[in-house]
Amino acid sequence: MTADYDLAIIGAGPAGLAAAGLAAELGLTVALLDEQERPGGQIYRAIETVGASRPLTAKALGPDYERGRGLVDAMRAARVDYLPGAIVWNVSRELAVNFSRQGGSRELRARHVLVATGAMERPVPVPGWTRPGVMTVGALQIMLKTSGLVADGRVVLAGSGPLLLLLASQYVEAGAPPAAVVETVPRARYVEALAHLPKALRAAGYLAKGIRLMRTLARAGVPVYRGASDLSVEGGDKATGLAFTQGGRERRVEADLVALHQGVVPNQQITRLLGCDHVFDDGQRCFRPVLDDWFATSLDGVSVAGDGGGIGGAVAAEHAGRVAVCGIAHRLGALSEAQRDARAAPSRAALNRDLAIRPFLETLYRPPREVLEPADDVLVCRCEEVTAGAVRGAVALGCPGPNQAKSFLRCGMGPCQGRVCGPVVSEIIADALGSDPGAVGYYRIRPPLKPLTLGELAALDTDTESGTA
Amino acid sequence: MSGRLGTADVIVIGGGLHGCSAALHCARRGLSVAVVEKDTVARHASGVNAGGVRRLGRHMAEIPISVASMALWHRIEELVDDDCGFQPAPQIKVAESEADLAALAEREARLRAAGYTHEELLDRDRLFALLPALSPHCMGGLASLGDGFAEPYRTTFAFARKARALGVVFHEETTVEDIARAGDGFEVKTGRGTLAGARLVNCAGAWSGRFAERLGEPVPLEPMAPMMIVTARVAPFCDAVVGATARPLSFKQMPNGTVVIGGGRLGSSNLATGRTDIDFGELARTARTAAEIFPVMAAQRIVRCWAGIEGRMPDDIPVIGRSSTTDGVVHAFGFCGHGFQLGPAVGSIVADLVVTGQTDMPIEPFSIRRFATTG
Repeated sequence: MTADYDLAIIGAGPAGLAAAGLAAELGLTVALLDEQERPGGQIYRAIETVGASRPLTAKALGPDYERGRGLVDAMRAARVDYLPGAIVWNVSRELAVNFSRQGGSRELRARHVLVATGAMERPVPVPGWTRPGVMTVGALQIMLKTSGLVADGRVVLAGSGPLLLLLASQYVEAGAPPAAVVETVPRARYVEALAHLPKALRAAGYLAKGIRLMRTLARAGVPVYRGASDLSVEGGDKATGLAFTQGGRERRVEADLVALHQGVVPNQQITRLLGCDHVFDDGQRCFRPVLDDWFATSLDGVSVAGDGGGIGGAVAAEHAGRVAVCGIAHRLGALSEAQRDARAAPSRAALNRDLAIRPFLETLYRPPREVLEPADDVLVCRCEEVTAGAVRGAVALGCPGPNQAKSFLRCGMGPCQGRVCGPVVSEIIADALGSDPGAVGYYRIRPPLKPLTLGELAALDTDTESGTA
Repeated sequence: MSGRLGTADVIVIGGGLHGCSAALHCARRGLSVAVVEKDTVARHASGVNAGGVRRLGRHMAEIPISVASMALWHRIEELVDDDCGFQPAPQIKVAESEADLAALAEREARLRAAGYTHEELLDRDRLFALLPALSPHCMGGLASLGDGFAEPYRTTFAFARKARALGVVFHEETTVEDIARAGDGFEVKTGRGTLAGARLVNCAGAWSGRFAERLGEPVPLEPMAPMMIVTARVAPFCDAVVGATARPLSFKQMPNGTVVIGGGRLGSSNLATGRTDIDFGELARTARTAAEIFPVMAAQRIVRCWAGIEGRMPDDIPVIGRSSTTDGVVHAFGFCGHGFQLGPAVGSIVADLVVTGQTDMPIEPFSIRRFATTG
């Protein structure tokens, strides 16, 4: 079977952009497929359009966001077949990539596939989280980057993680300070995180940035409630406020919009579909694919760079993309072992420096139990309306894992393909069985990864031989 | 690992629908039963098939069992304390050409001659009265109006649960490494220890061949992985299970509005890992058939595609019956992708064979000896 490209990269965020540029430089033929119409991924979303057309938005988004421009420019200048608007709906173990683009479906074959699909926000199933008027912090940031829009009315940001403070500060810069920030980090966690501070100082820029963000909020007079727990979105047809406990007292803030956030987790859909080995990362409290030193998965010809392989952030993703490409170029015969090692060394050193902040952040922002194992009446699967209690009930009936619960309750069988409930369902079952998520496992992910119409599949033009069984 | 895992009157290999049904029926006859399953109950074909409960279009040899099983399906709750999501519904095979019509008429005549009346011809008007959303090119059909469909995982799980309630012991995630004669009975060596039993039942689906071979009666059993599609919810438009005459299709709308499309086009499977892979070039043909017969489907969104591993015999009918080499062994495997409806009755036949060595059902066509080569 002949390949159309040496390397197919899925995702044009920092990892994919950096990888594409370097791969082309090393002489590989490269296809870069991305779901969005513009390069940059989520982190540098709309980077090409914001600066020129919306200088105020650019100012609100800050200098770290500007870093993406260099990556995008380099990719644009390189010999890369960049395919924007390509929705990848299947990747086979033979490295055929099926994608929808411009109304039709196509297939391309590559000698190597680099998955650079990044992270997704960890779902935050608290009581009331499915009410209209509840969004994620990430979704608010997308609105800001794409359209320069801030949400109307009283916006309450709740949860934990760097993005929570970042968006709050960006809202302040955009002239729309949030009504409140409700942070779920317990007081004791700060003490615990201090143990990782010496290492974190190696990536001191992040600490300085965190302090800057908090100052911005304080200067703008944004109320910040720390150490909150028992979050619950109140209201009827629409969210009207957020209730929580703080210091043993029940509190409530009025809100027209509640944005929740509990950090991000790797998007494992493609590596799960391919049957790559995964491991449960206790520090990050999520599954991630097992990767070697060159970011290669357990399946020959498939690598993962960036947050999809474990959360490291945008800058780490860029370095990882380059290291991964060195490994790939060696595998494909474009670099000798010595050339590979030499070429990767600076990126690897930068990567390790950058990752020094992670243990500190992971400890500080570890998601609370109330989110990992929600109360019985909280919906965990929005598509099929399955509650946490129903999942526990299935376990009591003898369902030993997520796939049996899925067959039994249909949780994870809706249009989101289990992206949203997957992490929570594994946690709930593990907890109910007194086990851990790594042992109970995760949903088997089935294609198509993204919605595809029957007509589009019917029109699929492949010249593969029929009848494989 | 060594050590004794347990002792039972009957050891059933395989925790699919047939294994669970055999275990349940044996327990109802007062035997102690252990089921050994290498994965978990209903992991493969039993849990992920299309769920058709169909007499329509059965191989002539399967009809008596299928008819007997249909009677059990209509009161399935009495058997397993769960309705298994069973919905009575017509099963209809659509004719798309004059040649199709002729083939269906011939089939109907053959069944009538054999004394069966459950399949009846539909003219164009009656067909469209039952299925108004059909493409106008459809010309008629053959229907079994008293058939239906059910939820496969729920069904198999219900059989397992009822069997457990009757005392059956399930050893899941337990792989059978070897089977051996021990006195009048058997020793089944597993990864977790040895099970001893007086009788042995082979319901290991696509994995059954190695046990038959171990007993000195190898079979030409091949794995197959029929592929399925499920769509997002669609407003109700079809309350029958629909097939085509000249091309593979199984099409049904579930009570929740999703549409399940299968029909036998095959993906690839790996017996060692239990993994299946979708062949989208092949599945595109199923999508084409479905969209041509129900034009409304072209715009519907596919949510998921999957395949389950099943065993297939060269003549497309299963092996059901006593071992030809070893007393005390009963086989029931190789259902070729259409064993779901047969499950309730075949379990009862297996129990009969275990207890008395006899059954009233005509099972000669399913003999394991039918592919035996001499010399």
